[in-house]
Amino acid sequence: MELTENYGAQPAFLKTLTWFDWLYALLLVGGSIYALKLYGGNMDEYETGILFLSAAGLIAQGWFWKPFRVLVLVVAAFSLFGISQYHGQLARAEQAFFLKFFFGSQTAIMWMSALFVIATASYWIALLSRSAFTARVSSAITWSAVVMGLVGLMTRWYESYLISPDVGHIPLSNLYEVFILFSILTALLYLFYELRYQNRQMGAFVLLVISAAVGFLLWYTFDRQAHEIQPLVPALQSYWMKIHVPANFIGYGAFALAAAVGVAYLLVSKGMLASRLPSLDMLDDLMYKSIAIGFAFFTIATILGAMWAAEAWGGYWSWDPKETWALIVWLNYAAWLHLRLVKGLRGPMLAWWAVIGLFVTLFAFVGVNMFLSGLHSYGTL
Amino acid sequence: MNNPNAFHRRLSQDIYELLSSMRLAISLLTVLAIASIIGTVLKQNEPYANYIIQFGQFWFQVFESLGLYDVYHSAWFLTILAFLILSTGMCIYRNTPLMLREMRSFREHATEISLRAFSHQAEFASSMPLDTLQDRLGRYLHGQGFRAKVGAPNESGDVLLAAKAGSYHRVGYMLTHAAIVIICLGGLIDGNIPLKAQQLLGWKKIETRDIPQSEVPSASRLSTANLSFRGGVTIPEGAGADVIFLNIADGYLVQDLPFDIVLKKFRVEHYPTGQPKSFESDITLVDKATRESVSRTISVNHPLIYKGIAIYQASFGDGGTKLRMKGWNLFSPAHASFDMQGVIKQTAQLSNGDANYNIEFTEFRKFNIENFANENGDAAGGWQNLLKYVETGSTKVTKKELRNVGPSFQYKIRDAQGQAREYFNYMLPIQLEERWYLLSGMREAPNEPFRYIRIPLDSENRIDGFMRLRAVLLDKQSHPEIARRFAEFALQGEQISAPMLGKLVDSTGRILDVFAAGGYEAMAKFIEKSVPAAEQEKAAQTYIKILESAAVSAWRIAQTKAGQPAVMDDNSLRFVRDSLNTVSDLFSYGAPVYLQLSEFDEVMASGLQLTRSPGKNIVYGGSVLLILGVFFMFYVRERRIWLLVKPKLGTVLFAMSTNRKTMDFEKEFSRHQEQLARLLKE
Repeated sequence: MELTENYGAQPAFLKTLTWFDWLYALLLVGGSIYALKLYGGNMDEYETGILFLSAAGLIAQGWFWKPFRVLVLVVAAFSLFGISQYHGQLARAEQAFFLKFFFGSQTAIMWMSALFVIATASYWIALLSRSAFTARVSSAITWSAVVMGLVGLMTRWYESYLISPDVGHIPLSNLYEVFILFSILTALLYLFYELRYQNRQMGAFVLLVISAAVGFLLWYTFDRQAHEIQPLVPALQSYWMKIHVPANFIGYGAFALAAAVGVAYLLVSKGMLASRLPSLDMLDDLMYKSIAIGFAFFTIATILGAMWAAEAWGGYWSWDPKETWALIVWLNYAAWLHLRLVKGLRGPMLAWWAVIGLFVTLFAFVGVNMFLSGLHSYGTL
Repeated sequence: MNNPNAFHRRLSQDIYELLSSMRLAISLLTVLAIASIIGTVLKQNEPYANYIIQFGQFWFQVFESLGLYDVYHSAWFLTILAFLILSTGMCIYRNTPLMLREMRSFREHATEISLRAFSHQAEFASSMPLDTLQDRLGRYLHGQGFRAKVGAPNESGDVLLAAKAGSYHRVGYMLTHAAIVIICLGGLIDGNIPLKAQQLLGWKKIETRDIPQSEVPSASRLSTANLSFRGGVTIPEGAGADVIFLNIADGYLVQDLPFDIVLKKFRVEHYPTGQPKSFESDITLVDKATRESVSRTISVNHPLIYKGIAIYQASFGDGGTKLRMKGWNLFSPAHASFDMQGVIKQTAQLSNGDANYNIEFTEFRKFNIENFANENGDAAGGWQNLLKYVETGSTKVTKKELRNVGPSFQYKIRDAQGQAREYFNYMLPIQLEERWYLLSGMREAPNEPFRYIRIPLDSENRIDGFMRLRAVLLDKQSHPEIARRFAEFALQGEQISAPMLGKLVDSTGRILDVFAAGGYEAMAKFIEKSVPAAEQEKAAQTYIKILESAAVSAWRIAQTKAGQPAVMDDNSLRFVRDSLNTVSDLFSYGAPVYLQLSEFDEVMASGLQLTRSPGKNIVYGGSVLLILGVFFMFYVRERRIWLLVKPKLGTVLFAMSTNRKTMDFEKEFSRHQEQLARLLKE
């Protein structure tokens, strides 16, 4: 018996990796080297660093969370296929069959939007009819939405370079683009916990938050034409954007997830939907975990932001409204974590706090750009 | 209180308890967050005049005394911050020794009674000999990542294995809290406490007068030894600076620099869409002490750091562009144009008879990129666009047609009473509806949009043709001549009969007089006054027809006088019509002169920001500790396992504890329970 031989020792991590893990890593490393060979001439040392660190990060994430590997490979395949269809002409986004109907950036983002809304409805049907099959279908739709959203961002990235090489930039530069990122990251965080807890009942609530973001995105597209790719203002032309923005949105996404769980917690604690939703213990655990991960990444993002500010604006902290609201969000969740961890507080009060926390976060994310003026003025509505 | 000493001890004990308590820390976090909001709602560090306008004198003073115009540097805000540092520091001081002891200790002296009180415990039966058991359990714990210590057997021969894992969790606590203190201290150093103290003591005074920097007294100057500063200076191309200005409250301080900065060249590059692409300054630093010189190009996101002082590209502006203009006297149109010169950000005098005017040149722009598509501008709403997307699959709305229409400049004309109007003139003609015009915008208040008049160009693409025609049209003396010519022309074309000639000459003359007095508006008023309401519309049509035809005659006169060809065709007719509109619009132009830009010599100025922040690296160091600490705290879980082997009874008592109960812990407990059961069965 194995247990007695090694006395229950856990095998070394590297030994648990399968051939697929190694193939995945090999493809990522190979892809990065190929990208460097193709575009290295236009990249500075920071960007080269970011390229290989992202590859390492994706490998680590894929090894740690197996379904992530498939996601990365599928997104890569679709994106590369999409890019190959442009033949270097932007106009083909509305002519070539695969671009017009699937992988052109606008189309893919519309697919993402539609799929997220469908998934929301589907999760609710699954919740109300207690259908495990419908819930599995909902997960699949959410995964597809994530794929299409990521493909849309990838082809948008490529399209920006087709407009003009000096206009080209990573699509993380305005409110429109980060809203797509927000939807994707929130969904991914949810999907991670869905598999971790083997529980699909929370999707109905989390996808509602994502659907709200999608609604905003559609309004922003059709009323304000925010989807048009704009060149970068000088302040944003920095490698910092590639790390500051994603870190921030992992934080925002996790806080949004925590708030959705908070709503479910409050309903269950009042006896509503209690038989259809997970236990209070699990909800509490999930809420804590997403706030913890959000807080960790938000801390990193704020520090990276300070470092960028020191390089662009001449000071790591200027009490700019966006900075100050980031601090308020941070202080808010720091207080939440202190009560939860040190005082051992549990229950509806923390759930309420997590829900209200999302509104504070939302204000820092969108409200500051709408109502207050300052250095972060490129995110205006 | 019988014993004052005991009282004091109690009091200081209470203060210590309070300061290091979590309750205080949480309250401080909350208060700090709420206080921070004020500064984001109320715009900080604006000129005081703006606040007086916004709030009125009374509230302005109330808010000023509360320090709301610079919340984050106000005494009360810094006090809260200081308390937070104190509270966090006390918290570390109070808990660290305890935590270090906890981390080191295996708690191998736990008694059976206390273990049985644990919420997570199980008991297994095992017949194995003590040695084998001890060996197996030791290996098991090791394999699970626990470090174990074997206690000495007690009087009944029981042996306790005490094990722990994830002790670094507590390091996370220490790191995060130490990081907060370090970051705040770094920030306070850069907040320039020494300067604040000097201000408080009255050694340094804020200068509020607008005087040349060389005249600023030493009480308002800071030496190069100043530890930390952040300020700016604007340098025109070709000029230099060796000080910067630190804006504080309603004034400034002058900070001397250890070097001279000379701006050789400033460049702005644009995207095809007109948005700025880059701002770059070519600067040279000359060290005052060593005469060493450094030349570099700085741009946004790429500062130059010299001897601990970072130099940033912060803003830009006009550094005194030289303008050469042609002036057209609008009040006496017969005059030829005159030459004029001006410099941006300077004022020129202009006199017209008795009236004196100041022309303040405010802005020059080398490029103007305008969108000519969708000029009639009815953008579709979101819902229509969505429907269109569903039908066509295209999110493209209107095509943009961006064109660079060339340089422009802006000036204010202020009369002797101090009333000013603002003007915005393009240098080059602009094509609208396939014809070329010179555009000049006018507004009476800075918050209004410019209203543009279009001056049509003649067949030689010059403004002169219009000016000549306008001179003739506005000259009352020439009106009988125009009317006569027009009437004769009409007679020739047999549009009127001979007896009507005199009447037509009269009415044409009158119409011209009215138009020359106030354009179409004057004509409308004239008609309202002199024609019955029912016939006004018809009369207006007739009058305009007559005016337009008369203007053609006027144009012939003007052209002939200037020795220019006077062939009437569609093009000329259109020109005359346009001219009439412009002549009419010029009545509300309000300026004695139209300034046409003929040449310019652009001089840019670069706004630099200079920073010395010795606290920066302290803050960064603290930040690294903070991130490490956060991850230790969240992702290293502290767990303890006790295995009490009781050889006499043939049982093993298993107990487990953690300082943070999560679902993961429950799972781990069940796993150990199951694995231990299997391990001990054989």
